Amino acid sequence: MASNPTLAGLDALQLAQAQGRQSTGRRLASRTWSVLWPKLLAIAIVLLIWQLVHLSGWKKYAFAGPGATFASLWDQMHHLLLWQAIGNTMERALIGFALSVLFGAVVGALVSRIKPLRAAVGSMITGLQTMPSVAWYPFAIILFGLTTQSILFVIVMGSWPSVANGLITGVDYTPPLLLRAAKTMGLRRLALYRHLILPASLPAFVAGLKQGWAFAWRSLLFGELLVQVPNVPSIGVLLNTDQDQLDFADATAIIIVILILGILVDSAFVRADRAIRARWGITSGG
Amino acid sequence: MSVTATQAHASVVLDGVSKVYGKGGGAVLALDQVSLQIAPGEFTCLIGASGCGKSTLLSLVAGLDAPTAGQVSVGGRSAFMFQEPALFPWLTAAANVELALRARGAGKAERRLRAAELLEVVHLGGFGGKRPHELSGGMRQRVALARALAQDADVLLMDEPFGALDAMTRDVLHEELDRICADRALTVLFVTHNVREAVRLGDRVVVLSSRPGRVIDEFTVSIERPRRIDSVPVAELAAKITDRLREEMTRHGE
Repeated sequence: MASNPTLAGLDALQLAQAQGRQSTGRRLASRTWSVLWPKLLAIAIVLLIWQLVHLSGWKKYAFAGPGATFASLWDQMHHLLLWQAIGNTMERALIGFALSVLFGAVVGALVSRIKPLRAAVGSMITGLQTMPSVAWYPFAIILFGLTTQSILFVIVMGSWPSVANGLITGVDYTPPLLLRAAKTMGLRRLALYRHLILPASLPAFVAGLKQGWAFAWRSLLFGELLVQVPNVPSIGVLLNTDQDQLDFADATAIIIVILILGILVDSAFVRADRAIRARWGITSGG
Repeated sequence: MSVTATQAHASVVLDGVSKVYGKGGGAVLALDQVSLQIAPGEFTCLIGASGCGKSTLLSLVAGLDAPTAGQVSVGGRSAFMFQEPALFPWLTAAANVELALRARGAGKAERRLRAAELLEVVHLGGFGGKRPHELSGGMRQRVALARALAQDADVLLMDEPFGALDAMTRDVLHEELDRICADRALTVLFVTHNVREAVRLGDRVVVLSSRPGRVIDEFTVSIERPRRIDSVPVAELAAKITDRLREEMTRHGE
């Protein structure tokens, strides 16, 4: 093979330029710190305001300060009940979300592929998405009673439209140029889906999953407050108990647990999104 | 489908091809009675001002679209190269080339081997593992060329493939394309609006009129290879063709 030294030189120059643009030249430690400190500061400010309100004596007999709340959290962390509750709640969340992903993906795939179905169902999915999922509870309770099934049903109803819409959007926004390229290569039908449309729709699909998860999580906590399944401890059951016992510190501790669980799951989605962006070469400034 | 059986004497034959977009009063005649024959191994450049239906013509030859009237026949399959690389961003350079091989039903081992060979042909042997965004514009377009070659097509259709590149890179890619075409006896239909590029590369330059697109002139390029885009014979013929194009444009201003 005849080599082309001019071309090799040109490549080297252009790549050096591209790489110079990519590397930020900052070390991991300082990057982590620059991301971390605003968050730590925000937490500190919230705690400070909370403590000040507590010190002011407002609703003195109910309103606990951060000290009592974190003491309660620490205490609850040493009891199995909290961990059982987290386990049950997360189990419901995962099963419910998995079902809605399955259902949403199947409906999304069918609707994006079959034109008449799209005309019939497309706008209905968006309509369902705008419906507050808590409205499904009476419906579910009449059908399934005060059971875990009721909760799972509402999770699925609340979150599948987002998953389906994410997939439909992704399929719709497959770049037309890539479609042309795939067609001239002779990719048709299933191969076209497998090699182009599915991977191209991945970013929108992940965005749909993320939104679906948010709806699932809300539906779940609503459900656990409304539907108390006997002998199954859950986050909702703990919150209800604290409410009945007027235990502000315990209730606030549980709220903090919910917040942490939400942030953990969200960061998993953010990581997935970033991985896809990095793979595609779509890098945002941050 | 109007793509009929192979004609022995020519690789691509367009016979009285017209293409109308839209219907009724808003219909636009993009191509009007275009007839063109391209011999096997011939490098034909199509040139014209905007609105001459160059891209429409390529789409018809590629079978992406059907003519309103007339016949398009292609002796075998065609591969397409666009102005943008149109690589799949989630695949590495090698995987992009392999996908074209896969679409033709090549086995896994063969795909890997052929993709590596083809990347070597476009001088990207060490870059198979890179994703498109890690490559420069010129390198991406070479991956696209390797992918087009992977389709092992009888006709290579190129729609302003170097239009988005800087002049320096384009010059070097002209040399590469010259070499690859000579090595593989490729039949190429190359659309451009750069007259010098057409003369630099083509065995023949076909000039199209605008709105509707018609063949108005043809120039055979008998300049010896290797050619340079800035050599005197190339510049002289390019000037002649440019004059012809201007004449055509003036007609539209009247």
